[in-house]
Amino acid sequence: MIADLVISLVFIGYAISVLMGFGTILTWVERKQAAVMSDRIGANRAYIRIPGTQVKLVWLGLFHGMADGLKMLLKEDFKPRTYDWYAYAVAPWVVFTPVLLVFAVIPFGGSLTPARLWEPLSAFFGDKTWPMQIATLDAGILIVFAFSGLTIIGAMLAGWSSSNKFSLLGALRAGSQMISYELVLGLTVLGLILVYGTVNLDAMVRQQSGIVLGFLPAWGIVYQPFAATLFLAAAIAENKRIPFDLPEAESELIAGYFTEYSAMKMGLFMFAEFIEIAIIGALFTTLFLGGYNLPYMSDAGFAFPGGAALALPHGAVVVTQLGTFLLKVFLVCSFQILIRWTLPRFRYDQVLMFAWKFMFPLALANLCVTAVVVWAVRA
Amino acid sequence: MSRRPHVRKQYWNEPEMGLWEKAYLPEILRGLWITGSIFLRNMGKWVTGRKGALTTYYPEETRWDYAQANRGKHVLTRRPDGTPQCVACNMCATVCPAKVIEIEAGFDPADAAHPKYPVRFEIDYSRCVFCGLCVEACPEDAIRMAKEVPNLPSGDRWSMWLAKEELLDWQPQSDVAKPYPPAPARVPDGERG
Ligand code: SF4
Ligand code: SF4
Repeated sequence: MIADLVISLVFIGYAISVLMGFGTILTWVERKQAAVMSDRIGANRAYIRIPGTQVKLVWLGLFHGMADGLKMLLKEDFKPRTYDWYAYAVAPWVVFTPVLLVFAVIPFGGSLTPARLWEPLSAFFGDKTWPMQIATLDAGILIVFAFSGLTIIGAMLAGWSSSNKFSLLGALRAGSQMISYELVLGLTVLGLILVYGTVNLDAMVRQQSGIVLGFLPAWGIVYQPFAATLFLAAAIAENKRIPFDLPEAESELIAGYFTEYSAMKMGLFMFAEFIEIAIIGALFTTLFLGGYNLPYMSDAGFAFPGGAALALPHGAVVVTQLGTFLLKVFLVCSFQILIRWTLPRFRYDQVLMFAWKFMFPLALANLCVTAVVVWAVRA
Repeated sequence: MSRRPHVRKQYWNEPEMGLWEKAYLPEILRGLWITGSIFLRNMGKWVTGRKGALTTYYPEETRWDYAQANRGKHVLTRRPDGTPQCVACNMCATVCPAKVIEIEAGFDPADAAHPKYPVRFEIDYSRCVFCGLCVEACPEDAIRMAKEVPNLPSGDRWSMWLAKEELLDWQPQSDVAKPYPPAPARVPDGERG
């Protein structure tokens, strides 16, 4: 019992530090990647001077994130004179918390047996094995949808309680946009559920460590390339980033539903957005890119096509899986940033039209084809 | 003679997209390919130690086409004996549109040819507009402008207020027509106080 608690606490600490780390690093990555993509250098004037010397540490502009955070903490926390200040104060947290909760069901590694990592640990942990996942729920992907659907409540609250027409318009846009794209998101994942026959994310990842057609890793993106594309597009729309950033389109709505927020409350909205990039990366990795496993790898080690196999010690497997997961998530995040700095913003009516007249039928068609193929193969 | 009916000229393109463009994905992939390849090219340059950006990292770097006649920091020219050529006539301070030159004149009875000299000569570069009028106004060719603005950009406006020593101290290599660096004083002993 105590061992379970310790393991859970370790996992929770790991998950939170990973998410916070991604949230912080991604602000820097976004700046730098945008700069490199457009032949620029990027923000790099913030420095830390070693006290008493003239040595200035610049470190490629990594300190800009710190400077931003400090600025947001020290700024005046402006409060509009609104009749519903409670909703106003609570809205950033309603946006921020579900984003963190989603990560609870995402497996960030295979299974962990502390006794096999280091012999003396067996005295405390026994021979038990834990899946590297905070909550091993069978409902997996459904939990993800349940929680990520909650963030819209925060956006609506923020827009409604700010007593500002721009905020309200932004919240309305956010609402209609998220409802439309949530549907597409669900439909694309349904195809995967048909293929894997489970909604448990860990079981999905385990099924992806196999081989199909003799050489391809059995990743979701191989089975469902179409769904993968639609999923990524819908997920970016969910996150309200360019090209779908209509709820906060600066040229039309100032900052959309968080126009009236300042200082760290605004920072929370921004931070939630950056963490959600990482969450989307983690989801996409788990569903379509084989999760925490390298190609041809499972908890036992590698099994290459052609019969060659390579067994790995438990510690090596755990470290490889953790590292692989982080790397894959980072790459997907980087790809999202590439999209964000490449495509122009849609018009508002185009966004909804795109969802209902383009992505929705495509997702449905994909689902039908998948269902027929799965039925034919199983029969 | 038949006249054709007037047709209003259209100044915009018809928003016509083919099926290929309407399918979104190919065109989006094309765009991503362009930006992605630029990213990879620049990253490749950065990690191999070359510069992958067009940005000139001012003031650490200057552009190759930095104008030769650029008006930068002022230089007070000097006589062969090293004293400033300036006679503290205040013409530059008078003409200066930004009113940033401050001169305090002093009297030197030992130097019969130019008894007036600047005790204080200060320019506040946080307000100077680099118009060059002071250079044109000077009757003595005592003030000139160098090409660069060495170390002037700063986050602190007080470090932009330069005094006579800094204006004299800067060592131009070729900018000043007077013999430079000034030859050692050839004044016989006892002639100067
Ligand atoms: S360059 Fe123009 S503004 Fe600057 S000191 Fe000379 S006259 Fe004044
Ligand atoms: S105009 Fe020339 S000589 Fe007169 S005060 Fe200015 S720098 Fe000196």
